[in-house]
Amino acid sequence: MARIAAVAIVVVASGCSAGHAAPTTTPTPTGATPATTGPTTAVLDTAPSPGMLSLPNANPFPSTYTPFPSRTTVIRGATILTAAGPTLHDASILLRDGKIVAVGASVDAPADAVVIDGHGRYVTPGIIDVHSHMGVYPAPGGEALSDGNEATDPTTPYVWAEHSVWPQDAYFPRALAGGVTTVQILPGSANLIGGRSAVLKVVPSRTVQGMKFPGAKYGLKMACGENPKRVYAQRGPSTRMGNVAGYRKAWIQAAEYRRRWDKWNADHKGDPPARDLGMETLAEVLRGNILVHMHCYRADEMAQMIDVSHEFGYQIRAFHHAVEGYKIADLLAKNGIGAAEWADWGGFKMESFDAIRTNLALTNRAGARAMIHSDDPYGVQRLNQEVAKAMRAGAVAGIPVSEEDAVKWMTINPAWALGLDDKIGSLEVGKNADVVLWSGTPFSVYAHAEKVWIDGALLYDRGDVAEHWRTDFELGYVPADSATTAGGAPR
Amino acid sequence: MSLSLRVPMARVIAVAVVISAAIPSTAAAQAVAIVGGTVFPVSGPKIERGTVLFRDGRIVAVGANVPVPAGATTIDATGKWVTPGFVNAGTSVGVVEVDAVEETVDQTAVGDHAIAASFSMIDGLNPASPMIAQARAGGVTSAVLVPGGHLVYGQAAFIDLVAGPATALVVKAPAAMVAQITSAERAQLGARGEVIDRLRGLFDDVRLYMRRPADYDRGDLHRLSAAPRELAALVPVLQGREPLLVVANRASDIENAVRLGHDYGIKIIIAGGAEAWQLAPALVAAHVPVLTGALDNAPQSFSTLGQRQDNAARLRRAGVQVVIVGNSDTEDEGAFNARNIGQDAGTAVAYGLPWDDALRAITLAPAEVFGVADRVGSLAVGREANIVVWTGDPFELSTRAEHVYVRGHEYSEPLREDLLTQRYKTLPPKY
Repeated sequence: MARIAAVAIVVVASGCSAGHAAPTTTPTPTGATPATTGPTTAVLDTAPSPGMLSLPNANPFPSTYTPFPSRTTVIRGATILTAAGPTLHDASILLRDGKIVAVGASVDAPADAVVIDGHGRYVTPGIIDVHSHMGVYPAPGGEALSDGNEATDPTTPYVWAEHSVWPQDAYFPRALAGGVTTVQILPGSANLIGGRSAVLKVVPSRTVQGMKFPGAKYGLKMACGENPKRVYAQRGPSTRMGNVAGYRKAWIQAAEYRRRWDKWNADHKGDPPARDLGMETLAEVLRGNILVHMHCYRADEMAQMIDVSHEFGYQIRAFHHAVEGYKIADLLAKNGIGAAEWADWGGFKMESFDAIRTNLALTNRAGARAMIHSDDPYGVQRLNQEVAKAMRAGAVAGIPVSEEDAVKWMTINPAWALGLDDKIGSLEVGKNADVVLWSGTPFSVYAHAEKVWIDGALLYDRGDVAEHWRTDFELGYVPADSATTAGGAPR
Repeated sequence: MSLSLRVPMARVIAVAVVISAAIPSTAAAQAVAIVGGTVFPVSGPKIERGTVLFRDGRIVAVGANVPVPAGATTIDATGKWVTPGFVNAGTSVGVVEVDAVEETVDQTAVGDHAIAASFSMIDGLNPASPMIAQARAGGVTSAVLVPGGHLVYGQAAFIDLVAGPATALVVKAPAAMVAQITSAERAQLGARGEVIDRLRGLFDDVRLYMRRPADYDRGDLHRLSAAPRELAALVPVLQGREPLLVVANRASDIENAVRLGHDYGIKIIIAGGAEAWQLAPALVAAHVPVLTGALDNAPQSFSTLGQRQDNAARLRRAGVQVVIVGNSDTEDEGAFNARNIGQDAGTAVAYGLPWDDALRAITLAPAEVFGVADRVGSLAVGREANIVVWTGDPFELSTRAEHVYVRGHEYSEPLREDLLTQRYKTLPPKY
């Protein structure tokens, strides 16, 4: 109730939300766009790739994440939504040394494996949210910890979200309890170009480096429409045409910067060009090493952003908050662009007014890669429910979506958007053991994530309240039994 | 109509006229029988294969063996669930279209020194808002419009989501006076204690104004803390006839609200109530109901450190009257998603609230709390025919509202989203 009047403020502060995805088989980008992805190996966490800019500083804040201790674990008799094929009934999955080593009707498990009875329960891959501001707009809120929008200039490609992430944000453990294992933390949407994202594992850590997903590419946050023109109404851009001029101006500079550095990297003649942090990031986008995540609601604006990307030869990986994705789903499919969408948010500003609950189903049907996203520290805790609502909307409108497809909206499709679909997002042999055991079908309002594993380590167990992750802030301050999802709740 | 005396007489007359004119048009003269479904009257135990019979906008029979009169329209609800229409008791449907478009936002008064007691939501209600149809299609047949504000926000209104002029929607207005004691900053003051002090001063002045109206007119009273119009609006609150809905989240704030109620003889309703579970026995003793949400569970501010999703379950178990409202912004509070109140109730069930209590918390409980249980909130003889036939468990995310009746009229018009879906189902669209 107290937050009713704060809606507009919240939208501005954390405001983003958009998204889009590409077809299930990655189409070849059309036009002059370069290949975006390339190998998803540890581009930024190992030695810099040849020709990369600023060699000594290619990865100045490396991941220090190491998997938590794990035990060989087998879940037996469960319904398994693999996100890679048909639903498996009365099936088993074996997790060992952080990986999925077997999944199917029957799997052999070593004698010392922890055996979990999955009868009546569901198993899914860990949920992935490509649009979160946890850590940069943490709990508790307030000015002191609000670090999500560097709203001092409309173009700030030089900021990195990880430098704002507070690992003690009380939202992190709650997201984990909702079955979320990987998140992309984005700068806010005040700016045309907001800065680099951080892809994090939802694990307790003293440092953000300890949460960073090893080998994940960086994303670049960009934003369309109302937010930038409202925030910069006085100094500009104050219009949508001003927004587009702003993107183009930045890409012209970036192309020039990239050319100078590529030349120097090739011949090493004379002094190296002067470094520019923002231009380094944009040049890496042009080289295909950083993925563009663009907040964009309206169909006509998304189409214009696609033209801008063609003009400068970069690929938009996903539109976020693509509430009008359904109007141009064919265009998104053709261009291999993902669509991150909400189930039913809308109406909070003009560019969200045509939000419809069939958006995901329509986007999916057109062959574009649809995915759910939250943009919200509470919504992230029930992305499974959001998917369920979008399924219902499809069914009502005569666009039925199968469980097998719907589970992809919260797993393999967002994994693809992050360039991590070879590591996470589905239950296949060899992939990271990021797994959720649900109390029943995850598409029920009554479902709970009962256990959540990341890299094979059991990091959340609903029944084991004493072991629930509590942030430093909560200790001695937030009543102990109110941690995470109220494990002591009456049943 | 349960309009209080302080409503200008002209409006009372206008409302009465409109209501009497509206009834014939919104109520089917013909009897309608919903047969074969599992009926949840809320005021009584569920009825398997029950019948709900209504005529002229009112329920005339509910039971297992209700004869269906000849000529009645019969709706086969076999395998379906039949409940009272949901009440979203904390929303802005009809007073906000687009949050970021000022022209369409009529929820918050500027007030005078943070006080806007005479501000009524009904005066800004837009019955043509497509948000009303959107909420209704989700099975929400009534709403409590709660103003935003600073210290004393103004008057909440209980409405039915029927078609018609704004006054025709009114079930009760004012349904409550709304104030907050959770933020000194919002109240344009410096400290929590000052907020309480200001309210006490205000209530003292209301009493003075009540006792000595003639002295006021002669100018014999000291400078009162609010204009006479504001004080007059607060008279029914101080007389204990109109509840004061107090937004309070921290346990100590809730205690202060209960104490204010005790000291001034005010009927208190707590809204927000993040830490209310810590005070359940005191709330039971003081007969103070709580409007709270089921989605938020984090220490998002220093006033909500103990916020948790089993708040409703714990309160109810202790015997507190609980109303489930949205508490997660765009997800369920705003006009656009007022339709999601069933998801909130289902979530409360997932966190320990018994299913029957959850249904009660979005039907009969809000009707009782706002004093309109004789009209809405249950499937009982004489109540308004606000009825929903669901394809299954109404809280489940796969369930949809198949028939929605408000005051006996079935609403099934396509929504904006239906028209947009139709237009863009095949690309490119044919404009």
